[in-house]
Amino acid sequence: MQPILEVRDLTKVYQGGLKALDSVDLAINRGEIFALLGPNGAGKTTLIAAICGLVRPTGGTISAFGEDLSKNWRSARSRIGLVPQELATDMFEKVQYAVSYSRGLFGLAPNPARIEEILKSLSLWDKRDEQIRALSGGMKRRVLIAKALAHDPDLLFLDEPTAGVDVELRRDMWKLIGEMRERGVTIILTTHYIEEAEEMADRVGIIRKGQILMVDDKEAMMSRLGRTEAIITLPSAVAGLPDDIATYPVTLSDDGKELCYRGGDGSGKGKEEVANLTKALTRAGIDYNGIDIHESSLEDIFVDLVEERTGESK
Amino acid sequence: MIGFNFRSTLAIYNRELMRALRTAFQSILAPVLTTSLYFIVFGAAIGSRMPDLGGVDYGAFIIPGLLLLTLLSESTSNASFGIYMPRFTGTIYELLSAPVGVAETLVGFVGAAATKSLILAAIILATATLFVDYSIAHPVLAIGYIMLVAASFSLFGFILGIWADSFEKLGIIPALFLIPLTFLGGTFYSIDMLPDPWRTIALFNPVVYLVNGLRWTFYGSSDINIWVSLGLTLGFLAICVATIAFIFKTGWRLRE
Ligand SMILES: Nc1ncnc2c1ncn2[C@@H]1O[C@H](COP(=O)(O)OP(=O)(O)OP(=O)(O)O)[C@@H](O)[C@H]1O
Ligand SMILES: [Mg+2]
Repeated sequence: MQPILEVRDLTKVYQGGLKALDSVDLAINRGEIFALLGPNGAGKTTLIAAICGLVRPTGGTISAFGEDLSKNWRSARSRIGLVPQELATDMFEKVQYAVSYSRGLFGLAPNPARIEEILKSLSLWDKRDEQIRALSGGMKRRVLIAKALAHDPDLLFLDEPTAGVDVELRRDMWKLIGEMRERGVTIILTTHYIEEAEEMADRVGIIRKGQILMVDDKEAMMSRLGRTEAIITLPSAVAGLPDDIATYPVTLSDDGKELCYRGGDGSGKGKEEVANLTKALTRAGIDYNGIDIHESSLEDIFVDLVEERTGESK
Repeated sequence: MIGFNFRSTLAIYNRELMRALRTAFQSILAPVLTTSLYFIVFGAAIGSRMPDLGGVDYGAFIIPGLLLLTLLSESTSNASFGIYMPRFTGTIYELLSAPVGVAETLVGFVGAAATKSLILAAIILATATLFVDYSIAHPVLAIGYIMLVAASFSLFGFILGIWADSFEKLGIIPALFLIPLTFLGGTFYSIDMLPDPWRTIALFNPVVYLVNGLRWTFYGSSDINIWVSLGLTLGFLAICVATIAFIFKTGWRLRE
């Protein structure tokens, strides 16, 4: 299947010489939720801005819906929606007007029923006649989302949609994003909450210093890079480990009272191994009085990846 | 770049016009008040001691100049604010990501600013009837000329709004150039009244040509040949359009 969005060798050097994007290649599949993760200043916003026409790329090509964006930008842009990271709104405008305006700006005929539907889905209907400046930050972000949805885009960019949003609203947002996916909208989002990517995304891309480090299915990434960690506490210190236990990926602490297992692959294999390890300990006559087991999250993987590369570049 | 998005254009136009009307008091009432004051001071107080100029009563003589004073400053400031504010607040992201090009943006923003100027011009002409008797010799040409000036200076304001990267810069061009040039441009007098070195120097002031062009459409006579005036105004319009085309092509100050 042809990707809905294809970025090739995209480079952006800002005035002043900062290379915010460094030969980025990325393909987004139709209908997926793609999470772009990366530390501050990694280039996430720049990447989105380049695709949406806010930033002029220094080099490379972008095509959406099979069309080169530098040529057929009109038809492509009318199918792309953007929720920016910054809360930029016309403070004096009323909510409903602002959303209807967005629909018109993208070339569609007025459709009050659709606008009502969108406002209701974001719990903004009650606020429709309020000036945007009178809304709270989280509500303003919803207005931005409503504006981005007003022209029923097929491809939606959400640049940190849940930044500064409370837990409840975040859950609502997740639900909404899920619903949009049901309707066939392809979604690309950035976030600093890795659990969010873990919860929602089909695929995850990790970007650092303008370079895409890794793009993979969330599950594949977790099983490839995921780890199980188990700390087994021993009531009495042991001097060494018998051979059949030493074959496991284990290390014994200096005081001999803690056995640390680190292995598996994020698919559950680790847990099974830990279970076998405990049986082996029993057979070897080594007593234990506590097991603390922990599956690594996407967050651990992310932190490892980003830090590992930081170390490399030093 | 093929195609023209009418709905987008209309959306921008309506929104900009609404924005202008949201501040109806300051944007419509203020110029009316100022113009009335000019009529009282220049028309009634000073005008009673002035001779007729080219067979035109002094009160009537200053109408085209007063109109231009408002047209130039309002068109420039409306259009410049119209595009500067979204840049300043960041809401320009939406425009940049929308399927609209130069044509839609220009017709929307500049059209709305020019429309507002035209509404103001009509109000000023109506206000003028309260103070002086006047009749317009070439009404169709007058309307055409007013529209041309409104459009040209709205375009100019648009460029200013894109060029400016601070509120200070936004205000400096009107304060430093536009207003002085307008006052010195024969708004309240005929440049034939000036002694010679000044008369020649005045001919370097572009506003002189605008004022006299408009005055010709009103009273059939002016200090300067109407075709010269019209030619220069159209030339100014062309320069503005070319500048804007360049801005959009390079993305200057709009896209990083
Ligand atoms: N307009 C600009 N001019 C110059 N440099 C810029 C500009 N915008 C961004 N940058 C730089 O480009 C780099 C990437 O910024 P970008 O905003 O894309 O990062 P990000 O991944 O979105 O970060 P965050 O998570 O903080 O939003 C940063 O080093 C930033 O300072
Ligand atoms: Mg960002």
